[in-house]
Amino acid sequence: MPADLIELDDIDRRILKLLAENADIPTVEIGRRASISQSLAWRRIQRLKECGVLGKRRLIFENEALGFTVTVFLGIRLSAKGSASLAEFERAIVAIPEVQVVQQVLGIYDYRVRIVARNLSDFERVLRRRIMALPGVSEFEANVLLSEERRPGPIG
Amino acid sequence: MTKLDAMDFRLLRQLQADPDLKCAELAQKSGMSPATCWRRLENMKRDGPISRFEGSIDWTSLGYEIEVSLRIKLDKANPKVFDEFFYEVRKIPEVTEIQTFLGRVDVRLTLLARNSKHYRELYRDRILALPFVSDIEPLMLISTVKDSRCLPI
Repeated sequence: MPADLIELDDIDRRILKLLAENADIPTVEIGRRASISQSLAWRRIQRLKECGVLGKRRLIFENEALGFTVTVFLGIRLSAKGSASLAEFERAIVAIPEVQVVQQVLGIYDYRVRIVARNLSDFERVLRRRIMALPGVSEFEANVLLSEERRPGPIG
Repeated sequence: MTKLDAMDFRLLRQLQADPDLKCAELAQKSGMSPATCWRRLENMKRDGPISRFEGSIDWTSLGYEIEVSLRIKLDKANPKVFDEFFYEVRKIPEVTEIQTFLGRVDVRLTLLARNSKHYRELYRDRILALPFVSDIEPLMLISTVKDSRCLPI
């Protein structure tokens, strides 16, 4: 294991678990739930942020309440894979407002993409007008998200 | 849920651009008083559309170098397939996401591993041991180009 890795103790793990789930909990409450003082909780949170373990907060919407009822994941394969075409593809796809996540992957696809849409016909519009118009797309596969569960990960 | 007005949308747009904004900064950017801003935020947290704020964990800084997306097809002949599969998957701490789909893929897991040896062990001992799996396609993450939950509002 590299030497610059951060060693977490049980308190850090408990704090991370709480904040990963709900980053809006007041420090007092974190302290109470992790059985430590508010000031210690504050110091620990600052340390976790400073060493980069705890990143930016992320706002999670109830998508339906804003009229977005469909989330689709696309696997995309590109036809040309020179570095210029990759950069061009990435620049174009991140600019699409309905595209939430773009990951370059190794496997049967080159990219994984998460897309939100108001409904299926709105998704069709995004797919036809935006995605299929992207440079270099040779093939794609769409899967409609039905449910999603976030797990705490290996900090327990 | 009460109907959202233009001011609410202004707040939501500012907030999704930078969810770390403090209420005072947010109020200033959206052109309203801190009290109004706070009240509107509380309403939207209580009645929607704000579900929650998640903290993000940088797993690389904790020594998890590998992230693999496992696209899984299940043998759906048995009605208990999903329940039993989920029950077993939740026991694997390195799994950070479980998603179900309509399409060619039934379930997708995000799996973290410290290194390729660790990944091999997890894959062989935990993933292949999951019940009702008929096919697995792994996609290994090379880089994350964009990662948000922003909506085009």
